[in-house]
Amino acid sequence: MAQRTWAAQQRWAPYLFLLPFGAVFAVFFAYPLGRSLVLSLYNTAGPRAQRFVGLHNYRFLLTDRVFWLACANTVAYTIAFLIIQIPIALGLALLLNNPRLRARNIFRFCFFSTYLVGQVFVAVVFAILLDGQQGLLGQAMRWFGLPAVDFLGDPRFALSGVLLAGVWLATGFGMIYLLAALQAVDQELYEAADVDGAGKWSRFIHITLPGVLPVLLFLVLVGTVGGFQLFELPYVLFQGAGPNYSVLTIVMYLFMTGFEGGNLGYASAIGWMLVLLIAIFSLGQVWILRRVVK
Amino acid sequence: MTRGRTNIFAITGLHVVVALLALVVITPLLWLVCAAFKNGFDLFSYAFVPWGHLDHLTLDNFRMLAREQPFFRWMANSVFLTCLQTVLVVTFSSMGGFALAKYRFFGRRLAMVLMGLTMLLPSQVLLPSMYELVYHLGWMNSYAAIVVPGCMSVFGIFLFHQAMGGVPDELLWAARVDGCSEIRLWWEISLPIVRPMTGAFTLMSFLGAWNSFLWPQIVLQDARKFTLPIGLASLLGLPEYQAHYGILMAGTMLAIVPVVVVFFVLQKDFIAGLSSGAIKG
Repeated sequence: MAQRTWAAQQRWAPYLFLLPFGAVFAVFFAYPLGRSLVLSLYNTAGPRAQRFVGLHNYRFLLTDRVFWLACANTVAYTIAFLIIQIPIALGLALLLNNPRLRARNIFRFCFFSTYLVGQVFVAVVFAILLDGQQGLLGQAMRWFGLPAVDFLGDPRFALSGVLLAGVWLATGFGMIYLLAALQAVDQELYEAADVDGAGKWSRFIHITLPGVLPVLLFLVLVGTVGGFQLFELPYVLFQGAGPNYSVLTIVMYLFMTGFEGGNLGYASAIGWMLVLLIAIFSLGQVWILRRVVK
Repeated sequence: MTRGRTNIFAITGLHVVVALLALVVITPLLWLVCAAFKNGFDLFSYAFVPWGHLDHLTLDNFRMLAREQPFFRWMANSVFLTCLQTVLVVTFSSMGGFALAKYRFFGRRLAMVLMGLTMLLPSQVLLPSMYELVYHLGWMNSYAAIVVPGCMSVFGIFLFHQAMGGVPDELLWAARVDGCSEIRLWWEISLPIVRPMTGAFTLMSFLGAWNSFLWPQIVLQDARKFTLPIGLASLLGLPEYQAHYGILMAGTMLAIVPVVVVFFVLQKDFIAGLSSGAIKG
């Protein structure tokens, strides 16, 4: 008898353990996912008025110049972000990994602390720091004799302002992963290289870089997916799409059409384009990087 | 060997470079703290602290924040929502991860494949249909719309699945022989073993919930129900606050403090979790 309840308990336990997750997953993930495919075939004015339009939303997207502008901004941001973030993060990690450095934990916390500040709070602070006339950055640039740049008012520099905030926010995150990876690199390899009389540069290329490569790939992937989802930073920093839509991103366009304009159908179509773009870019990256590694 | 002749200049140089870089990085935060204690006249006239007039430093920004804005209400809302969401998502994710790692049952494969497919999916694609769903459930302007979807994390299930895989089966069988129930196998035996992972995921969830903006912004309409990110962002948009940046900075500073506290409590686990579980994945 005891044996039987024991077996029954073991048989049903995994289902019960998964029940809370599964129930929420079904209702608030699986259902909305399917529903958004259907919704993207409709034009809506809020959640009540809906009209079936077939693939019209997708056809319209292809000719929607605002959407392509949002794509261009998003892709430009993502690429610039990765080009700036990854080398700085690696450089910082290498500096912090120096065995002679004292108080490493304190420095590590300083660099990482920016990541604890949420995007919205970063945007609120940078909205004032980047102010062309009075902001700290403008003051510093004038002090160095540089022309003051109006990051928040000039459409040519608006995206750079967002980039500045974004890199400031996320570089410490990259550094902390790379530092953990550097510390896991087999020290015997370096000793063997010492014996062989290898120079600093060749040690870096042949031991360090391959050692941290998985983490580098991980950071590129995370940065790409995160970059494509950029929203809070520019939206709060500019209280909207910025001068001449210069910081309009894909997610911001989705938000504006769906929740300020009320067209949930078109917003869903934008969402699926985002899914497609992220899939293409991340799978493409994985494919290219795999080839490079081989 | 270079180790023999320790070059004192190189070491000092290294420390100076690292310290300068660290200073540059935390300058915005230092500036934020200074700005929170400055009055409106000094805010832009002194880059950091008005050294000549230290008596100008003031708590007025905090007083006005408490008096004129429902700021502490937003703070309480944020604390409540974030704690509830974090506890739920960590509990449910660890349960699910435990089930997937330590039992062989019908449907397990399917569950793993399904979740793997949804991992890279940007959650924003769900926003319009979630809004529709929440609207029809009558959950607009209610915390249920934030907490219930927020207590599920596919990423969390994956992390715990990976970490729980390291719990030895022999230990679980020995405990079963001693009459331990399945739920205690999870709570009393497995969870303590994956503690670093739990700490790391708790921190990540806390950060995510505390800083979450887009979905609450869509769902919450009543200013008294706002969380800190929405509340402060709405203050930035108000024209009358163009002149009251000090208040905004005081609020932002207070909004960052709880996250820093939680980080310090969990940082050992977080670093350990980074170098063990998360990186292998």
